[in-house]
Amino acid sequence: MREAVSNAAVTSKASRDEQAARIPYWDLVRRKVRSVKTDVLEHLDEYLVEFEANCQANGIKVHWARDAASAREIVGGIARDCGAKTVVKSKSLTTEEIGLNDYLAANGVDPVETDLGEYIVQLLGQIPSHLVAPALHLSRRDIGRLFADKLGEAYTEDPGELTEIARVHLREKFLTAEMGISGANFGIAGSGCICVVENECNARLTISLPKVHVAVMGIEKLIPDIAALPYFLKLLPVSATGQRASSYVNIIGGPGRDGAGEGPEEVHVVLLDNGRSKILADAQLRETLMCMRCGACLNTCPVYREIGGHAYGWVYMGPIGSALIPQYLGEKEGCCAPSLSSLCGACREICPLEINIPRHLLKLRNKVVLAKQSGLFERIGIKLWAFAAARPRLYRFVTWFPGKLQMLLPGKRAFPAPGYMGRRAIGRFDSKGFARRFRAMERNKNDG
Amino acid sequence: MKAAIFIPCLTEHMYPGSGLSMVKVLRRAGVEVEYVDDQTCCGQPAFNAGYRREIIPIAERLIRLFRGKEYVIAPSGSCTAMVRVFYKELDLDGALKDDLDELCSRIFEFCEFMVDVAKVDSLGGRFPHKVTYHDSCHLSRELGVVAQPRKLISGIADIDFVEMNDSDACCGFGGMFSAKFGALSTEMVARKCANILDSGAEYVIGADAGCLMNIGGYLRKNKMTPQTMHITDLLAASLDL
Repeated sequence: MREAVSNAAVTSKASRDEQAARIPYWDLVRRKVRSVKTDVLEHLDEYLVEFEANCQANGIKVHWARDAASAREIVGGIARDCGAKTVVKSKSLTTEEIGLNDYLAANGVDPVETDLGEYIVQLLGQIPSHLVAPALHLSRRDIGRLFADKLGEAYTEDPGELTEIARVHLREKFLTAEMGISGANFGIAGSGCICVVENECNARLTISLPKVHVAVMGIEKLIPDIAALPYFLKLLPVSATGQRASSYVNIIGGPGRDGAGEGPEEVHVVLLDNGRSKILADAQLRETLMCMRCGACLNTCPVYREIGGHAYGWVYMGPIGSALIPQYLGEKEGCCAPSLSSLCGACREICPLEINIPRHLLKLRNKVVLAKQSGLFERIGIKLWAFAAARPRLYRFVTWFPGKLQMLLPGKRAFPAPGYMGRRAIGRFDSKGFARRFRAMERNKNDG
Repeated sequence: MKAAIFIPCLTEHMYPGSGLSMVKVLRRAGVEVEYVDDQTCCGQPAFNAGYRREIIPIAERLIRLFRGKEYVIAPSGSCTAMVRVFYKELDLDGALKDDLDELCSRIFEFCEFMVDVAKVDSLGGRFPHKVTYHDSCHLSRELGVVAQPRKLISGIADIDFVEMNDSDACCGFGGMFSAKFGALSTEMVARKCANILDSGAEYVIGADAGCLMNIGGYLRKNKMTPQTMHITDLLAASLDL
């Protein structure tokens, strides 16, 4: 698993770097996109109202979901109304966030993931391990064994053959599903339409084949107008997979028209809050809502590539995940996520929107401490240390001990430190310390 | 030019030699060096762990300690970044906020001071060895100091300076991070050390004691040949100081 994650992350980053280097105006586009998103977040209420009005004018039904439970009920209600027994889904982490699949299954509706990575992960009963490549942690051998076990197919490791197996199984679902569910990469306020970007064409089939389509979209995904879209479409595929462009760009502007015979008869958008407006209220942390889920931060993160996505414990992972988890799940459940970082800043460097993730993680660590969710020993230790460090004579007294105690250790050993033991040593305390050595040096200089 | 030196806690307690080297090198560059007594710490370990209120007295003390000094120089990217970038996140006493703004314009990491302020990128030393350089995270990404250490290294006669792969990849120290997530930190430093070995360098130079302690610890534990060297020690050695 570790090798799969590491290789995939490193390769994705290398592709992204290569493509980004070929775009001389990369920084200009980044700045443009950032200013668009800043404006959207500052006036989100107005843009949402505009979006709803324009969607409705296009024949799209708009629903507002305050939280996950409310969103699930809305989608469940639409499925009930159209008598859906099978639902095909294109990749949507927002629907994972609200636990939609389990809810549908419990209510007699079979949700089938059609993105190949999501399909694989669904068969395994796991959650995705990457924002963009859900099955990145698996090798082709893992997938070959899975298809042999769960689908009754002959074992193969060949990626082409594996894809063909999935295609045949999924095609049947596409043709029989009564409803399709997607996420949305962007909601275009000025035009009242939704943009879904993909590489496999499964989203296109999910949207256009079944009679009813539902798009679940976080409220932060809005952009003002279609003129802004190309800038986002330039940054997203390059940052995500090092592609110059996504294979497919779908824009849903309403149900199929004029008996053209294409497209769903009914289109719904579910606008999801689920904590987003609370994040929006924080002038610093609202920047985390700009995320376009490209996954570049995951691919560059030295922590992610060692531990993989499941270690974060939720559907949003990696650097941006560390910042989102405590904001969505609270300081208690999300107490560890912001600490899963050495604050190196590689994520901020690669982020197309330059989201200052380390700064947000520091603030969230402080929120965890203020909510009294940090360890008791740590709290006591730090308070004692801070008390001493503000009082130089006490500090000198306290730090005198380790140097002396160290002399009791055999040979030239250093103290056994947590985290270091058995792996490498921390430094040895110097017997005199800088201040005394400096003063000695000065005395010699003056005498000599 | 007169400068007060800001001695990080790791330098004070574990690597005082680097601090002495910095003093000697600054003097050779014509800087009058002042050491203000009673320095303790910038408060970063606690700040990074999420404690802000607790370090306000420490921060306020530091700001007062360095008031009125023409320049303040630290042999550490992390500590300099803590003051220049992160102190403003603290809820400091109103009057001290102005003092902090003022301090931010005068406080420098050693390499950036030498090249950007003292305008010295070569002191005429000699070090006939193969070296590589590790870009510490705060120094390179928070302070933007990337070219200056390289100028200083390249300004040494007979030195063979090679860049390693991913010189700016995190070494896994991250302060308390290395203690909280020991196994993870070890994997990160293992990658760093593999890159150092690949470069063929005899020494890996760095500007932050924490990174060098972490890297050096792994190199020694695994009996790898390269040695760590703080850039102040490198310059001092090249000048036989």
